[in-house]
Amino acid sequence: MQEFFSLALGNLGSPLILSFVLGLAAALARSDLSFPEAVAKALSVYLLFAIGFKGGVSVSSHGLTLDIGTALIAGVVLSALIPFIAMALLRVMTSLGRTDAAAVAGHYGSISIVTFVAATSVLDSQGIASEGYMVAVAAAMEAPAILSALWLVSSGGASGGGRMDARLWREILLNGSIVLLIGAFLIGAVTGEDGLREIEAFVVDPFKGALCIFLLDMGLIAGRGLLKSRGVLSLGLFAFGVVMPLAGAMVGTLAAVLIGLSPGGAFLLAVLSASASYIAVPAAMRVALPEADPGIYLTLSLGVTFPFNLTIGIPVYLMLATAAMGGG
Amino acid sequence: MQLHPAKRVAIVIEAPMLRRLTEALEDAGVTGYSVLPVLAGSGRSGPWSSDSSFGTAGTLVQVVCILSEDKLQDMVDRAFPVVERHIGMITVTDCEVLRPERF
Repeated sequence: MQEFFSLALGNLGSPLILSFVLGLAAALARSDLSFPEAVAKALSVYLLFAIGFKGGVSVSSHGLTLDIGTALIAGVVLSALIPFIAMALLRVMTSLGRTDAAAVAGHYGSISIVTFVAATSVLDSQGIASEGYMVAVAAAMEAPAILSALWLVSSGGASGGGRMDARLWREILLNGSIVLLIGAFLIGAVTGEDGLREIEAFVVDPFKGALCIFLLDMGLIAGRGLLKSRGVLSLGLFAFGVVMPLAGAMVGTLAAVLIGLSPGGAFLLAVLSASASYIAVPAAMRVALPEADPGIYLTLSLGVTFPFNLTIGIPVYLMLATAAMGGG
Repeated sequence: MQLHPAKRVAIVIEAPMLRRLTEALEDAGVTGYSVLPVLAGSGRSGPWSSDSSFGTAGTLVQVVCILSEDKLQDMVDRAFPVVERHIGMITVTDCEVLRPERF
């Protein structure tokens, strides 16, 4: 337990989390601090490229094994399964209608790549190794949850129903984050350590500083989302935003045990299972399920679950994964 | 300088639906349009701002086009199904242009 508190305090006191808290506090205090949209976009491109590239390099060093396929399948199954758990919890904890509940559930099956990036940064700080291919697992977990959410709506006969056509499929599978993450992963896997040496000064050294600035912006967005949504979230919904990531992390850790990931890999799978999407799934829901209230799912995933995962969830999931995998 | 009557259509729509809308406009023979960011506003769900969202969901854009009256009904018929289930609105106002052959 002492180890947990030490880890939790270390996480809360890290420049990453303090940068996020600064942004959150500035937004809640109604400061006019803001980032040009182009800067935030450039930072996200940089972070996705760097994390994808480093994952690819790690795979090239350790070789391509069947484990990657197993982990990818586990990720897809988790992404498709978690919305059903979320739906069950929403039924018990909230009075949301079927359409809104299914839309929220879909967000929790998908992932937050920023939470994943922050988690890899924590692993680096702790000197814990993980499977480089977890980047590809992250990409694989983006989309299946959307199908589960639409199925949850149509199976209940909710008015309107979900619309999924070939164009939406293409938009989801080829969304910029997935293309960049997988593309950089492949570049890293092909060029390996030699490639890394060439661009190390760009993709390794400035990484944490760039992540700090990005999280500062995320704090501003999360804080403004929270301010805007006062009255939107009931106590039950707020509680769901905290309980659901814990449930997701437990399911993710269990899956990691079953497929035999390392403690670091198990932690990352737990983080992916605990996180909720606020980019790909909201956009898909606006197209496929416009009757669902975006104020609910965006506020929950970005305003409640994302800050929770970043501050409290990450150390909890690391302890859970190391305990379950017998590491540490 | 001779002025000619035309119609100015302004469509506010959710950003994720933008490409679907511009394709509907092109199908209706609209030869030009402008896309403008909508930074903030207030509607039936209260005030909102683009700086409290990440990604395209939760943000709006405005598509503005000028067209001749004979193209208007077809354009509205094609654009409305794209907007119908979503947050947004279509407004049509009278305007005047100098070069009618362009619209």
